[in-house]
Amino acid sequence: MAWLKKLVGAVIVLGGAGAVAGWALSAPVRLDAATVAELGTGDAARGQRIFNAGGCTSCHAKPGSKGDGRLELAGGLELKTPFGTFVPPNISQDAKDGIGAWSEQDFANAMLKGVSPSGENFYPAFPYASYARMKPADIADLYAFMKTLPAVAGKAPGHKLSFPFNIRRGIGLWKRLYLSSDPVIALPDGTPDKVLAGRYLVEGPGHCGECHTPRDFAGGVKKAEWLAGAVAAEGSGVVPNITPDGNSIKSWSEADIANYLETGFTPDFDSVGGAMVEVQRNMAELTADDRAAIAAYLRAVPPHPNGYPARKPAK
Amino acid sequence: MRKLVLAISMLALVGSAAFADPVQDRQALMKERGKLAGQLSKVVKGEEDFDATAVLTTLKALQANAERFDAEKLFPAGSDKGDTTAAPKIWEDMAGFKATEDKLLTNVKAAVASPPTDVDALKAQLNTIGGDCGTCHQSYRIKKG
Repeated sequence: MAWLKKLVGAVIVLGGAGAVAGWALSAPVRLDAATVAELGTGDAARGQRIFNAGGCTSCHAKPGSKGDGRLELAGGLELKTPFGTFVPPNISQDAKDGIGAWSEQDFANAMLKGVSPSGENFYPAFPYASYARMKPADIADLYAFMKTLPAVAGKAPGHKLSFPFNIRRGIGLWKRLYLSSDPVIALPDGTPDKVLAGRYLVEGPGHCGECHTPRDFAGGVKKAEWLAGAVAAEGSGVVPNITPDGNSIKSWSEADIANYLETGFTPDFDSVGGAMVEVQRNMAELTADDRAAIAAYLRAVPPHPNGYPARKPAK
Repeated sequence: MRKLVLAISMLALVGSAAFADPVQDRQALMKERGKLAGQLSKVVKGEEDFDATAVLTTLKALQANAERFDAEKLFPAGSDKGDTTAAPKIWEDMAGFKATEDKLLTNVKAAVASPPTDVDALKAQLNTIGGDCGTCHQSYRIKKG
C-alpha cells in the first residue's frame, strides 16, 4: 500500500502547488506606474464624447431612464446571462453608494485592469476587456466628465451568480487569457487615419465586439471571428454579423452605416431594435466624423461568415 | 354559372388567405410603414427636395397606416410561432405594447396637425417618430439569424 500513500502524497503536493500557482496567477493586477503617469489631468468636455462612445448609460442608468435621467447612473438593470444575472452597480458620484470617492487612479484601474479600489476583480460583464485598449488620457477625460454628473444614493442589488462564477478571484485567470491592450485587428502601415480612429472607437470605448463577437466556453471573445455576430448573451435572438460578409449589412455603404448610427434607420428603412436601440442613442450624440470613422473601420475588418446558427425555416 | 361560382369561391379563398395570416398582415403593414418613413428620410438626408405638400401626403399616409394597426387582430395569441420576429414580450405585456404603438400614432398625428414647413422641422419630427420605432423594436422584436 506504499504506492497508494505515495500517490496520495503526490496528489496533495501537486494540488497544493496548483492551488498556490492558481492563487498567484489569479491575483488582481493593477496599472503600472508609467500608465498612471500618462493619465494626467482630464478635461470634462472631451470626456463627454468618450462617455457617449462608451455607452455607460445603457447599462448604468436606471432602467427605462429618459433624457437627463440617463445621466443618473444608479445602476440596477438586470443582465440575465448563462452565467447568472449581472446587475450593473451605481457609478454615480455618490461617495458611499457610487464612485464619488474614487481617485482618478482608482477609476483607471477599474477601466483598464478590471480591478476595484479594494483590490477585487470585476466581472467582465463590465467590458473592461475592451476598455483596456483605451488611451490613458481618454480615461482621465472620462473621469473628469463623470465628476460633473449627479450623485444618486442607493446601492444596486448584487449579482446573482452560481458556482463557480461567483468566485471573483477566478477572474484573475480569465484576465490572463483575455485581457490585452493590443488592437484586435492589425492594420497595415498606411491605413487611413479615419480607419484607425474607427478601430479605436469600435475596439476600445465602443466595445462593439462584446456583443457582436461570439464567445468561447470560458466567455472570452473569439478574436478569430471578430464582429461575426453571435447568439445574444441575454434573452433569445442573435446579434448581427457586422463584418463586410454579414448578410445583415453586407450591401450597406459607409454612409448607410453612419446614417444608421445617427438616425436608427437601416437603408431599407427598418429601424434599430433590441439592445442596439440604447447604443444607437449614444452613437447619435457623437460627431459625424466619429460615426464616419466607425463605418470606415467596419468596412475594413476581415469578413467572416455568421457567428450564429442559421435561422430555422418556418414551420 | 359553374364558372362564376368557382370564380367567386376562389376569390373568397384568396381573400380569406390574405386575412388568415396575421404574421403576413403585420409584416406588410410594417414594410409599408418603413417605406413611408424612408420617403421622409430621403428628404431629411437631402436626397430629395423638400416639398411641403408631398411631405404632408406622406405623413397622412403614415397616420392611416398607424390607424390600421390593430394589436389584437395582428398579434392574436399563438401568432408568435413561425417566420416571425415578434418577441414573446408582446403577449406578456400587451398593454405596454399597445401603449408604444399609441405613442407613435400620437406623434404622427401631431406632425400632420402642424405640418413641417422646412427640412429642419421635418427632421425633428422624423427623429421623434424614428425614436418611437426604436422604442417598440427594443422590447417587442427579436433579431433572428
